[in-house]
Amino acid sequence: MVFQVITKERGIIMTKNEQHWEKTRGLLFITLAIWFVFSIGIFLFGAELNEFGGPFGYPLIYWFTCQGSLGIFVVLIFWFANRQEKIDEEFGFAEREDN
Amino acid sequence: MKGNFIDNLPKVYGIYTGGFIGFIILMAIGEQMGMTAKAIGICFVAFTIAIYALIGWLSRTAQADAYYVAGRQVPTVFNGMATAADWMSGASFVAMAGGIYFKGYGYMALLVGWTGGYVLVATLLAPYLRKFGCYTVPDFIGTRYGGNLTRLLAVIVLTVASFTYVTAQINATGTIASVALDIPFQYAVYIGLVSILLCSMLGGMRGVTWTQVAQYIVLIVAYLLPVFWISNKIGGGFFPHFMLADEVARIGELEQQFGFVKNSAADLATVPKGLAGITKAHSAVNATPWAFISLALAMMMGTASLPHVMMRYFTTPSVKAARKSVGWSLFFIFLLYSSAPMLATLSKLSLIDPSLPTGIIGKSIADVQAIDWYQNWNAANLMFVSDFNGNGTLELNEFFMGGKAVVLATPEIAGLPYVISGLVAAGGMAAAMSTADGLILAIANAISHDVYYKMIDPKAETAKRLAVARVLLVVIGFAGATIAAMEIQGILGSVIWAFDFAMSGLFFPLVLGVWWKRANKEGAIAGMALGLASGMGYLIWVRNGGSGFLGITQLTFGIFGAAVSLVSMVVVSLITSAPDAATQRMVDNVRVPAGKSII
Repeated sequence: MVFQVITKERGIIMTKNEQHWEKTRGLLFITLAIWFVFSIGIFLFGAELNEFGGPFGYPLIYWFTCQGSLGIFVVLIFWFANRQEKIDEEFGFAEREDN
Repeated sequence: MKGNFIDNLPKVYGIYTGGFIGFIILMAIGEQMGMTAKAIGICFVAFTIAIYALIGWLSRTAQADAYYVAGRQVPTVFNGMATAADWMSGASFVAMAGGIYFKGYGYMALLVGWTGGYVLVATLLAPYLRKFGCYTVPDFIGTRYGGNLTRLLAVIVLTVASFTYVTAQINATGTIASVALDIPFQYAVYIGLVSILLCSMLGGMRGVTWTQVAQYIVLIVAYLLPVFWISNKIGGGFFPHFMLADEVARIGELEQQFGFVKNSAADLATVPKGLAGITKAHSAVNATPWAFISLALAMMMGTASLPHVMMRYFTTPSVKAARKSVGWSLFFIFLLYSSAPMLATLSKLSLIDPSLPTGIIGKSIADVQAIDWYQNWNAANLMFVSDFNGNGTLELNEFFMGGKAVVLATPEIAGLPYVISGLVAAGGMAAAMSTADGLILAIANAISHDVYYKMIDPKAETAKRLAVARVLLVVIGFAGATIAAMEIQGILGSVIWAFDFAMSGLFFPLVLGVWWKRANKEGAIAGMALGLASGMGYLIWVRNGGSGFLGITQLTFGIFGAAVSLVSMVVVSLITSAPDAATQRMVDNVRVPAGKSII
């Protein structure tokens, strides 16, 4: 089911599929960037950041390893799922509700 | 009940949860009336297993769609619960809090890794594999890249990873059954196995799905109830997750006060095998950034490559539901994982703080040895004290415990009624059984669907296919139990290896299959074969005294395997011809949620 609707964007001719995929990829990069920060980025400076106080009075990095990063991942996935649904709807690629 | 089963799910599981809580109360009353600890333990384990077996029997099916993917009608939230149970193994339940207790921050890389991986699952894979409409993970590899060799290699990677994992789970069911039912481990392993097979044999994925939901409810109640209770009992606060900052700080002070004294090798040789002392700081950063990050990274990529998790998302009604379902899975996992460090904190403080009535550090050795719970857990080979410096007083470095004791013994140490210990045993059993079921099913389905049906006998009728699938289930289960009975690696060691094997061979072939159209059959073959071979080679090298490089250890060898897999897959794909137009179109279709599935 390749959609043959041709539109013009930034001077490049793209099919509807390509546009949809470009947006999808953009969302992927944003999501993975946030993921990277909270799964790897902050732990690069674990010793330094742990000197700060975190939520509820725990040492900051200790809090991230026990609760913070984990909770952020949960929210991030739901946020991602909603954004992706919007992208799919925008291009008419969303599934019908009755299936 | 009116309406179909799916519409009634909230009601069915609501009644089930109520019934389970009623059962706990009944046991508590029984304890007051003089029921023995052993009888309570047996009731808990036997009652829950009987329920799972009943669900397994009610879910029996003769249809391929129901057997392989639960009819693709599992609602988002329930699939989330089932995935959480599938995911949280005996290791998560029994050993994780213990690991945090002993190793602190460095170990908590696993918490980050085992949750962060779901972001990769949700964004890179689950929705696309759901759209594909495959029954198994090798089904995707085989259809996307074409050819029997790709399919076979995927089955091999899947089997190596899942089998490593499943022996650990059967081992865990055996351990818990042997403690709760008071029978020797070698027999308990097979009791565990029979219970596991009762859930999956008749109903396949459908049976496993509905038992896993039931098992999640048992395991989460069994984990959270003691954590909250202990916290309230020792004055940690009503909601431990938000209120243990003072306790964490207090442990830091005590660590300063006691110091981490290093024991001599001769002294350590007298400590029973498998027990450890507290040698690492609780909340301070005690690992190098790379040690932490490499472990987290390996677990995240492993998560996104483990077939028994991925195939849970084949059961949702739609692509959209698959994405949301990943979020729910992680939410249900989060409930337990965020509680494990709290349990470790409570357990450690109640043992080492001399100002608490339960604290044993600083007491005389003879007094400690006279405590009831010490004697019980010492007899179970999970606790040990020894007066190394001969001063008659127990020091921090003279107290040893098994990793499992943190979850299994803390309720008793904190003075909770025995009914809680029985509940914890049932929870651990549920956690290990649900994961074992998912894994055995993943292997048996891959062999029956991909090897037998797709490669050997494509004309086989459904009845014959399902018969083969069921026979394989039993054979693989028994093979796993036999190896588990030999006790080669500790529970957690082999779990981590499974992640490394999976990521070595499957991560890039799966991800690039969706995200890189140019990836072709030759590339996938190279990626899977060289990835798995190099990962395994590295493990064998390090295990035999090899020094390793880049700080990659036997726990993170998957990073090396996956890197080799990526490079070889890209290079080989580029020097061979691009996939044909039909394959390119297939990839286009996978990327669009609407429309018919590919297979």
